[in-house]
Amino acid sequence: MQTTIQLTAVDYSILIIYFVFVLGIGFALKRRMKGGAAFLTSGRSIPAWVTGLAFLSANLGAQEVIGMAASGAKYGIMTSHFYWVGAIPAMVFLAIFMMPFYYGSKARSVPEYLKLRFDEKTRGLNAISFAVMTVFSSGISLHALAKLLETLVHWNYWTCIWASAFVVLVYIFLGGLTSAIYNEVLQFFMIVLGFAPLVFLGLKDVGGWSALKEKLAPIATEQHFAPGAWTHSWLYMGSALENPMGIGWFGMVVGLGFVLSFGYWCTDFLVVQRAMAANSMSAARRTPLIASVPKMFFPALVILPGMIAIAMQHESGGTFLPTAADGSPDYNMTIPAMLARYFPTGLLGLGFTTLMASFMSGMAGNVTAFNTVWTYDIYQSYIASNRSDAHYLWMGRCATVFGILVSIGAAFVASKFNNIMDMLQLVFGFVNAPLFATFLLGMFWKRSTGHGAFFGLLSGTVGACLFHGLSLAQTNVPGIKGAWIAPKFIFHSEMGQNFWMAIVAWTVCFTLTIVISLLTKRTKSDEELAGLVYSLTPKPKSEDEPWYQRPVTLGLIVLCITIVLNLVFA
Amino acid sequence: MNFDLRIPVGLMFTIFGLILAGVGLFGGAELAQKSLGINMNLWWGLVQFVFGALMLFFGLRGKRTP
Repeated sequence: MQTTIQLTAVDYSILIIYFVFVLGIGFALKRRMKGGAAFLTSGRSIPAWVTGLAFLSANLGAQEVIGMAASGAKYGIMTSHFYWVGAIPAMVFLAIFMMPFYYGSKARSVPEYLKLRFDEKTRGLNAISFAVMTVFSSGISLHALAKLLETLVHWNYWTCIWASAFVVLVYIFLGGLTSAIYNEVLQFFMIVLGFAPLVFLGLKDVGGWSALKEKLAPIATEQHFAPGAWTHSWLYMGSALENPMGIGWFGMVVGLGFVLSFGYWCTDFLVVQRAMAANSMSAARRTPLIASVPKMFFPALVILPGMIAIAMQHESGGTFLPTAADGSPDYNMTIPAMLARYFPTGLLGLGFTTLMASFMSGMAGNVTAFNTVWTYDIYQSYIASNRSDAHYLWMGRCATVFGILVSIGAAFVASKFNNIMDMLQLVFGFVNAPLFATFLLGMFWKRSTGHGAFFGLLSGTVGACLFHGLSLAQTNVPGIKGAWIAPKFIFHSEMGQNFWMAIVAWTVCFTLTIVISLLTKRTKSDEELAGLVYSLTPKPKSEDEPWYQRPVTLGLIVLCITIVLNLVFA
Repeated sequence: MNFDLRIPVGLMFTIFGLILAGVGLFGGAELAQKSLGINMNLWWGLVQFVFGALMLFFGLRGKRTP
C-alpha cells in the first residue's frame, strides 16, 4: 500500500503563493548584492532574531522532518536526546564560548578560522572535505524530495529534481546568503504553522497523551522491553539491553551529547554561517540561543507524530502507515501519511508545501555554505587571490550554479546506486567525528600547533575508520556496516556503534593533537593568536545590555528549561 | 536594512489564513470529516490570519520609526 495525496486547486494555489514569496525575496534582495561580501556573508548585517530562526531552519532538512518522526516511532521519546542532551547544550556552548572567536576573528568561514588559528594545511583539509560533503548532502536532500513527491503525488522524478534545483538556484543566485537566510525564516514559520495542527489532530485521535502512553505500552512489551520504554527518555538507559535504541547512558551522553552534537553544532559551517552573518557580536552570540528556544519544543512537532503513528499502527492492525519494500511499516512516511489522513484540502496544501519547503531549504543551506567555502577558502586561497570584491561576487554566483549542478549529479548517483551514498555518509562520519577536539584545543589551549591540529585530525579520521572496521551491530552482517577487518567489538545497535566510533575518533584526535603539539614548535605568537584563543582574548562585555540580551543569562535560562524537560519526560 | 522580513512573512500568512478560512466557511461540511469533525481549515486559517496580521502590523510600524 502506498500513501498518495490528492491535491486540489486550493492546495496548488497555496503551493504557488509560497513559491512566489520565495522567489520574490530573491528578486527583492538582488539590488543589495553589490559584491562578494554581501553575497557570501550578508555583509554581517542581519538582526539576531532572523539569524536565530535561520540557524534552526538550516538544519531542518529532510533528516529532521522525515528521520526524527521515524525515530520517534522506532525508539519513542528517547529520540528527544538528540535535542535535550545533544543540540541544546552544544548550542549554548557555541553561543557563550565559541562565537566570540568565530565572529571576533573576522573569519568569513569556519575553515578560515582554522587558517588564522593554525595553518594553511589544516584549513585546506577542512575546507575541501567540507565542500565535498555539503554538495553531496545537498544532492541527497534533492533526491529524497523528488522520491517523496514521486510517491505522494506521482510527479515525474526528474521534473521534480530540475524544478526544485531551479527554484533554489534562482533565489540564491539573486540574493545570496541573505536570500537563503530570509527563506529559512519563512520556512521556520511554515514548519511550525504547517505541522502544529497535524500534531493536534493526531493527539486528539489517539486520545491524548495519557492514552498514547497506554497504547505504547503493549508495543514495548511485545519487543520484551518494560511497558514504559517508549515514553521514558532516561528510566531505561541503565543498560543497552533495556531500551529500544540499544545504547547505555554513557555512550549516549558522551557519544551523542558531547562528541557528535558539539562536533556538529559548534563546527559545522552550514549552521555557524548563519550566526556569522549577524549584525553585531552580541547578535552573533544570541543567534544559537534564540534558535535553541524553539528547538527545545521541536520534539513535539517531529517526534510526537512518530509515536502517535506507531500507536495507531498497532491499534489499527497495521493499516495506519504504508508498507516499505521489505514488508515492514514504512516509518519514513509517518508525516506524509498523517498529512494524507487528517488534512482536508486547504490544510493539505499547507502541509504539503511545508514538506517541500523543508527539503528545499535543507538544500539551499548546503549550497550557500558551499559557495562561501569554495570562493574564499579554495578559490581565493589557492587559485586567484587579490581580485576585486566584484570578481568574488561573480565567482560566488558561478559556485552556486556549479554546486547545484553537482548536487543534481549526486542525486542521480543516489537514485541509481544506494550503496555509494551509504558509503559516502559513512566516510563523512569518519571525517566529522574528531573535528570538535581540534576546535576545542584550538580555542582553549594556546600551545596547540598547526602540525598537531592537522595530524591529530587525520589520525582521528583514521581511528574512526579502523574502529568501524573492527566493530559491528549485532543485527548487521560484516561488510559496509562494519567489521570489514574483524568483528572485535559487538554493539546492540548501529546507533551504539556510531556513538562509540565518535568517542574513539575524538579521543584519538584529542590525545594526538596534544602530543604532537608538545613535540612541535609554536608557529604563531601570542599577539597573532589574540582574538583566536580564549586566554589571549579580552572577554566580550555585556554589562551595558539589558539582561534578556546577555548571552550568559539567556544560556542559563535555556539550560534550566532543558533540564526541566528532561526531568518531566525522564 | 531596507527590507523588513516581517512584512513578507506577515503578508504570506495573512493570505494563507484568508484562503484556509475561506475553504473552511464555503468548502462544505464534508471536508471536516477527515479532521475528526473539527473545521480545522476555518480555525487554523484564523490563527494564521491573526499571526500574519500581527507580523504585518509590527513590520509596518517598525518601518515608520527607523
